[in-house]
Amino acid sequence: MARALINVPPRAKRGQVIEIKTLISHVMETGFRPSSIGVLLPRYIITEFVCTYDGQEIFRADLYPAISANPFITFHTVATQSGTLTFTWTGDNGFSVTEQAAITVE
Amino acid sequence: MRRAILDVGCVIVVIATAALAAAGEIPLTERRSGYDMMSRDTKAMQDDDTANPAMLWVFEGETLWNTKAANGKACADCHGDASTSMKGVAARYPAFDPSRGQAVDLEQRINICRSERQNATPLPFESRELLALTAFVARQSRGMSIEQNDPRMQPAIATGRALFEGRQGQLNLSCAQCHNDNWGKELAGSVIPQGHPTGYPIYRLEWQSLGSLQRRLRNCVFGLRAETYAFGAPDAVALEAFLMWRARGMPMDAPAVRP
Repeated sequence: MARALINVPPRAKRGQVIEIKTLISHVMETGFRPSSIGVLLPRYIITEFVCTYDGQEIFRADLYPAISANPFITFHTVATQSGTLTFTWTGDNGFSVTEQAAITVE
Repeated sequence: MRRAILDVGCVIVVIATAALAAAGEIPLTERRSGYDMMSRDTKAMQDDDTANPAMLWVFEGETLWNTKAANGKACADCHGDASTSMKGVAARYPAFDPSRGQAVDLEQRINICRSERQNATPLPFESRELLALTAFVARQSRGMSIEQNDPRMQPAIATGRALFEGRQGQLNLSCAQCHNDNWGKELAGSVIPQGHPTGYPIYRLEWQSLGSLQRRLRNCVFGLRAETYAFGAPDAVALEAFLMWRARGMPMDAPAVRP
């Protein structure tokens, strides 16, 4: 069970630049490491992260094997209206986690 | 080849200097935690709960704290709210267990509770669940000072001190030679810390994961090319107890981030 931590300011002024921080639990196994018996461990990484703000995509990142375990992704956006931010991480072996956070814009 | 000989010469000089210096203890006022020696970026990572990856384990531990075992008992059923009942607990472990007549560390205490109160199988050392519960309990002691003043712990602390000050392994070095005599200098580009266990379990960037103090001790012992302690071995717990006594009065910053 993957667990994600999200930090979105609960309220902001219209037009304010806000910082969004996300942290997700994932091993990010590169696919290049041999196991203790010498066989390569299969690749198991998050490949894509998308953030939408009321359905509109505001941030996207492609992730590769060199990204550390438990990826921490932080970015900025402009608070335009009260609504919901949706975060989606997808990856190998059908990995998919979606989290939501609400923001009130005054 | 000449370079290699020169390097060997340097190592011998360093070791000889270390051996000459008295294995003096660090004065209480000059003690510094690993946190003080970290880069600004790593400090920022630890200080922000939404950037500290160890918090992933803490929240998992909170869930486990409230999860009932097969006999219907959760940690919370006996201990209630961890923010009050577990406050300061990690700061005084390892502690003496009267029924066993020996020192036990926090991981062992959690497993004793599991087997005796919850009738559940003990969690393996370094398993995600045990680290999560330990991190959750340790989190409740953040900012509290480390205490190790139970007189019944004295034998364990004395054993730990002997292990800390005694030379071991193929390199024939003691813990004290690095962490008492040469802290603050660099070893292979990394600053040698004083070795105070203020923030365990730690998220170590090198591990890309959370790990216990015993795992960290195994790292050091392996580096000395000595035989590592088995997880939960009395010697490992004694060394943990001595290190906590050595760090007495220092504030806990668990779960910490370390490079």
